[in-house]
Amino acid sequence: MLAKILFLLCLTHTSAQDLCKSDTDDGYKVRLSIKTALGDDAYTWNDSEQFLFKATLAFAMMQYMPEETFNLSNILICDETERVSFWFVVMSPQNQSQLIPKAEVENAVRKSRNRINSAFLLTDKTLEFVGIPPTFAAPVVYTTPPWLIVFGVVIGAVCAGIVAILISTFIQKSRKTKEKENDLVSDEETMRSVGNGMAGLGDKDGVYNQSFVDDDRFTKL
Amino acid sequence: MEAPGNSKASEESQTEGAKPGDERPKWDNKVQYLLTCIGFAVGLGNVWRFPYLCQTYGGGAFLIPYLIALLFEGLPLLHMELAIGQRLRMGSIGVWSSISPYLGGVGLASMTVSFLVGLFYNTILAWVLWYFFHSFQDPLPWKNCPLNANHTEYLKECAESTAVNYFWYRNTLNISPNVESGGTLQWWLVICLAAAWIIVYICFIRGIETIGKAVYVTATFPYLVLTIFLIRALTLPGASVGLKYLFTPKWHTLTNPKMWLDAATQIFFSLSLAFGGLIAFSSYNPQKNNCERDALIVGCINSATSIYASIPIFAILGFKAKSNYEDCLNANILSLTNAFSIGDKNITIENYPEWLGHLNSTDPAEVASLNLKTCNLENFLDESASGTGLAFIVFTEAVIKMPGSQVWAILFFIMLFSLGLSSMFGNLEGVLTPLLDLHMVPKWMPKEVFTGLMCAVSFSVALIFTLRSGNYWLEIFNNYVGSVPLLVIAFFEITAVVYVYGINRFSDDIAWMTGRRPNLYWQATWRVISPLMLLVVFLAYVVVQARETPSYTAWNPNYEEFPKQETLEYPGWVFAICVLLAAVPCLLIPLVSLYRFIQFLRIRLARKRMPNPYENERHIPEM
Repeated sequence: MLAKILFLLCLTHTSAQDLCKSDTDDGYKVRLSIKTALGDDAYTWNDSEQFLFKATLAFAMMQYMPEETFNLSNILICDETERVSFWFVVMSPQNQSQLIPKAEVENAVRKSRNRINSAFLLTDKTLEFVGIPPTFAAPVVYTTPPWLIVFGVVIGAVCAGIVAILISTFIQKSRKTKEKENDLVSDEETMRSVGNGMAGLGDKDGVYNQSFVDDDRFTKL
Repeated sequence: MEAPGNSKASEESQTEGAKPGDERPKWDNKVQYLLTCIGFAVGLGNVWRFPYLCQTYGGGAFLIPYLIALLFEGLPLLHMELAIGQRLRMGSIGVWSSISPYLGGVGLASMTVSFLVGLFYNTILAWVLWYFFHSFQDPLPWKNCPLNANHTEYLKECAESTAVNYFWYRNTLNISPNVESGGTLQWWLVICLAAAWIIVYICFIRGIETIGKAVYVTATFPYLVLTIFLIRALTLPGASVGLKYLFTPKWHTLTNPKMWLDAATQIFFSLSLAFGGLIAFSSYNPQKNNCERDALIVGCINSATSIYASIPIFAILGFKAKSNYEDCLNANILSLTNAFSIGDKNITIENYPEWLGHLNSTDPAEVASLNLKTCNLENFLDESASGTGLAFIVFTEAVIKMPGSQVWAILFFIMLFSLGLSSMFGNLEGVLTPLLDLHMVPKWMPKEVFTGLMCAVSFSVALIFTLRSGNYWLEIFNNYVGSVPLLVIAFFEITAVVYVYGINRFSDDIAWMTGRRPNLYWQATWRVISPLMLLVVFLAYVVVQARETPSYTAWNPNYEEFPKQETLEYPGWVFAICVLLAAVPCLLIPLVSLYRFIQFLRIRLARKRMPNPYENERHIPEM
């Protein structure tokens, strides 16, 4: 009896292992490039890492199919190489001989890709699921593109400069015309004040011209 | 004190130019004048044309024809332009009309070429501004390809070429597949062009008064940036590869006549001769100024800048080539590692050849099926470019691989902008000074308004370059306006000075201005060598152009060999425009002399019919 049970157990185990093989239809090949990603801090791939992988994948499956309960034993790994690469398949928790279809596995992995990557300190490129395209980072969308902001700043500064220069030119010009007017006005004033005789000198007008002999007004005629 | 043998020309210029209360503007100091001339001469070509030529024609060997051209063509023409402008104190039209009224067309041609070149040159600056504005983003927008609508993969056009190419041809230019399909004005280019013209306007607003102050920054800043780049570039891996490749002389290229032609044209266009800008700048000088020394300074600094700029450029290109080479090798290594399930990082760049040999011997079929690319460092180094290709494609690609990309991109584009801006000043002065001298500006219009009007008109005409086919039109302008007409104008200039004005009178003038008669070198080059060299270069240039059918390369995503550019021929009407652009400035010269001759004949006939004792038959009225 015991022998029969043992035999049956062995059979189920081997048949379960048979489900996992290279190029299987319902499994994926995984490639890890740990040294590329981590350099000197790279960890070695051993059984405990494999255990973590099974656990992470079970987690991903449960996230995707919350109604099912996945166990470590539902994830089968085989064909491990030095690369580090291996194949895995996911068995259905209800029926041990049935595999979860490829599409479902893909969706589950894509949904939790970030979590799987971070469990191993890797990225989409260094933890490669052959056949599952990497998810692209969503492009950054700006409400105001930054280039328009820089453009606005530059144009604002330059236009302010132009306005300043034009205003200063205008002020200079009006000052020049005012000076010209003032010269004319002061000439007139000088003429008027000199016409009043000596009383006009000293107060308003500038320089007393001592060599000026003002005897024209006192003509003999 | 007037010079002995003072010409009627200078008398006229002194009375015409110096009206009472209307003094000719002048430079604040000598430094401003020199910086302006240097800024005009040192432009984008020094950074993106000279290194390319240096590399194409065998590195160090190119320096030989380049320096010969500088000595026998560049410096004599430069000295002549500065001296004649300083002596006659007028812009280009005034100077040549003064020498002989029949040569007024030379000045008019200079003015036309200056205007046309200014149009497309500022469009390049608009592109530089566009890239500058985009350098403030993280990551740089030309680093990654954009994704398609449902974010599943990269856009096809970008994936087939590169992100950098896509950003230039699609995001910036939105280029059409050929020159006939014009398309609409691209609004982002229009506002960048407006920005470029506004910035030019603020520097140019009062003529040399404001230009003189702007050049303190625009002429010196590029040298600062080049030095920063030099220091950074020399520390990049792969820099020595690039430099070795650039400067290793390949002496056999000296027998290639095209190399000599390119050296001569490069010197000529690099010094910005025949634009009338240099004549305009030196006309604002006091007459007693050592123009010989100025010419030597400007000419030598221009060439030295070209050589100095090529060092960081090629160090950076070497870095880019090495980087691309390593990417190529790493791609191969990844294929091998994946195919043979070898441990990660067991194959490195160093032991790649041994591994490849070993794997090839054990399983050649598998290795062959991987379609490994042959990675050759020299091929990557040969991917050089000149012109906009260098700045906006090759250099931007190098910048994204450098740490702190934004800083380098910003510095690079500001440097390009200030290089171009100081050259724009010369182009605009080449248009403004003759107009002012001919009193074409109405009295009531202040100078600020007139310069604003000039900028507005130029901006509106330059809108052609913001169409989708704008880049093709810019290439047309660059190739046809900025080449043959300048050679023709320069030839007429030197013949006019040496044979019409008289080389002896010219030497006397220079002796009066600088205190020393020009020595044998100047006499020999002015009388014989330079005119001859110009003639040979002009003929060779025309022959080379005529031999090739006029064609251009177009960016067409639907082309079978995309991302290679498609070579198309210019359609008939476009080629007619090309010919017009080259011919019209040249034809102005004989047209104006014909016009003057007809005027002269008319006066002669009128006088014969009714002799007027008061008329001065020697006086030919101005246009």
